[in-house]
Amino acid sequence: MGLKRKILELHKKREEVLKGGGDKAIEKQAAMGKMTARERIISLCDPDSFHEYDLFVEHEARDFDMDKKILHGDGVIIGTGTIYGKPVCIFAQDFTVAGGSLGLMHARKITKIMDHALKMKVPLIGINDSGGARIQEGVNSLAGYGEIFFRNTLSSGVIPQISVILGPCAGGAVYSPALTDFVFVVDKISKMFITGPEVIRTVLGEEISMEDLGGARVHSEITGNAHFFSKSEIECFDQIKKLVSFIPRNNMGKAKKFAPKEPRPEYRISDIVPGDPKQPYDVRDVIRAIADDSDFFEIQELWAANIVIGFGRMNGDTIGFVANQPLVLAGVLDVDSSDKAARFIRYCNAFNIPIITLVDLPGYLPGIDQEHAGVIRHGAKVLYAYSEATVPKMTVILRKAYGGGYIAMSSRHLRADFVFAWPTAEIAVMGPEGAANIIFRKEIMSAEDPEKMRKQKVKEYKEKFANPYVAAARGYVDSVIEPEETRKLLLHAIELSVNKSVFLPQKKHGIPPF
Amino acid sequence: MKKNGCNDKKIRYKSLYVDGIKYRTTFSRKYETRKYYSRPEKTKIYSFIPGTILKIDVSEGQCVNKGDSLFVLDAMKMENVIISPMEGVIKKVYMKVGERVSKGMLMMELGYS
Repeated sequence: MGLKRKILELHKKREEVLKGGGDKAIEKQAAMGKMTARERIISLCDPDSFHEYDLFVEHEARDFDMDKKILHGDGVIIGTGTIYGKPVCIFAQDFTVAGGSLGLMHARKITKIMDHALKMKVPLIGINDSGGARIQEGVNSLAGYGEIFFRNTLSSGVIPQISVILGPCAGGAVYSPALTDFVFVVDKISKMFITGPEVIRTVLGEEISMEDLGGARVHSEITGNAHFFSKSEIECFDQIKKLVSFIPRNNMGKAKKFAPKEPRPEYRISDIVPGDPKQPYDVRDVIRAIADDSDFFEIQELWAANIVIGFGRMNGDTIGFVANQPLVLAGVLDVDSSDKAARFIRYCNAFNIPIITLVDLPGYLPGIDQEHAGVIRHGAKVLYAYSEATVPKMTVILRKAYGGGYIAMSSRHLRADFVFAWPTAEIAVMGPEGAANIIFRKEIMSAEDPEKMRKQKVKEYKEKFANPYVAAARGYVDSVIEPEETRKLLLHAIELSVNKSVFLPQKKHGIPPF
Repeated sequence: MKKNGCNDKKIRYKSLYVDGIKYRTTFSRKYETRKYYSRPEKTKIYSFIPGTILKIDVSEGQCVNKGDSLFVLDAMKMENVIISPMEGVIKKVYMKVGERVSKGMLMMELGYS
C-alpha cells in the first residue's frame, strides 16, 4: 500500500466531511437566504488563506440514539486565516449540521480556537448560526457555553473579539457575543434573544414575531446590542474587513499605519457648523473634514445617534472619534449615549487608539424616564472611561459645553492632554437663558417690564460668559483656535503624544459604574 | 462644495428644551416612543404580570385592612397573593375567578373608608 493510496484515502475522508449536513440541509440554508458556514469563511478571509483544524472531530453523545448519528465536524468549523494579510482565528457554526447545535465536542472546538487566539495574540472572529444547546447532550452543552464565556472574558481587552450573528443566536448562547467587542448583524438573518417568542407567548400571553423581538434592526436601533448593521452577508463581511483594518492585532501593539491622506476638499470645516448654538448640523461632516481622506467608519450608527463614535485615521494612524451630534436630540448625553461612548472609550484605551473628542452639547436629557432609568449611574460611565483612559486624548470644543456635560466630554479636568476651543465655543455652567434666570431672578421679578429685563440680562450673561475665554483664562482650554487650524493642531498633538506615559495607582481593577 | 448632512434630505425638525433653551434638532424613534410616567395610585390594583385569577377573597363594599389578602393571581407557575396596600373599602372588582388577565390591567379599585 503506497503513499498515493493513503493520500487518496485522506481526500475521500475530507470530501465526505466537507459536505457538512448534506445537500438537502444546504438547500434549506440557501432557501433561508443564508450562506453556508464554509462559504462565509471563504468570503471573509483572503483567498486560499484559511486553514481548517479539527475537521475530523466527532460528537460525544451516546444517549437518545445519538451514537448512531454522524455529525460532520460536530456542527462547527474552526481554523486560522488572514484578512488583508493580518492573521485571525475563526469559528463558524454550521447550521446544516444538527442546526449548528452546541454539544461537548462542538464547544471544545470553539474553545480550542479561542485558546489559540489568546495564546498567539491574534483577533478572534466568531460566526454564530445555531439553534442553541444540543438538548441530547444535557449539562455537557451548558458546560461548553460556560467555557466559551470564560474565555471571552479572559480575552477581553487582550485580543479583538468580533461576533457575527448570521442566524439564530438564542438563550444562553447570546452571552458570548455580548461579551465580545463588536457584534455584526444582517437584516432578516440575525435573531438574538434570551427568551424567544414561543416562551413569551406561553408564559406571558404576549404575541411578538422573532424579527420584532430580536431582529437585526431591533438590536441596531433599540437595544444597542449590535454595532454594525448590514443588508446582506456580503456587505457584512466588507464591514468586518474594514473594521479589522482599523484595529491592532492585540493590546500590545498599534493598528497598522496607512499612507497619510488629506481630507477631501468638499468637506470645508468652516462651513459646517452654524454660529447659533441652537441650530443643528451633522457632526460627522466635521469628523470627515478632519480625518484622512474624509473616511469615517461609524460604529452603532443607528443606536443613540445623539452621540457619534467610530474610527478614522490621522496621518495614517487609527484614531477613535467621539462627538456629540446636535442633529439628534440636540446632542444631549442620556442613558444610551453614555453607555455607547463609555464603552468605545474603554475599547480605544485597551487597544492603544488615541481619542479625539468633539464637544457640542447642551447637557443631559431632562426626563423622568431618564432619571428612573438610572442616568446617574450610566452618565458616570463617561466620566469613568475618560478619567481612566491613558491613551492620548485630544478635545475640540466646537460650540456649547455646558455644566456636567462639559466636564464629562474629555475635559482638562479628566486629564485630556490637549483642549482646543473654537471661537464659537461657549464653556459655561449652563446655557445663558437658564443662568440669567437664576442669577438675576430678583432684578427680573422686580423690574417694570420683567420680559425686557430678562432679555437684557440674558444678553449680558451671554457676552460675559458664553465664550471660550473664561475657561482659557484659567488654562482649562489650551488654545482658542480657528476651525481651519483644527486638523493641523490635532496632527501636531498626536505626534507629540507618541511616547505619552502616565502612572496610575496600582489596583486589581476599578469598579466602574456598569 | 461641502456636503452638509442637514441639508441632504428633507428632515423633519423638532424642538427640544434643555435648561430653558430651545434647540432645533430631530428625535430618535426610541425617544418618540418612550413611556410617559404616571403617578402610582394606591387605590388601583393593576396586574403586574399576565395570569389567571384563582380566588377572590373580598367583595364590593367590604372593608379591608392594610395587608389583608384581596385575591390570588396565578402567573409564572406561582400563586401570587395580592394584599391590600391600604385600609379602606372595596369599591369595584373588575375580574372574575378563572379569568385571564393581561399585564397592566386594572383588576380592583379601593376607596378610602
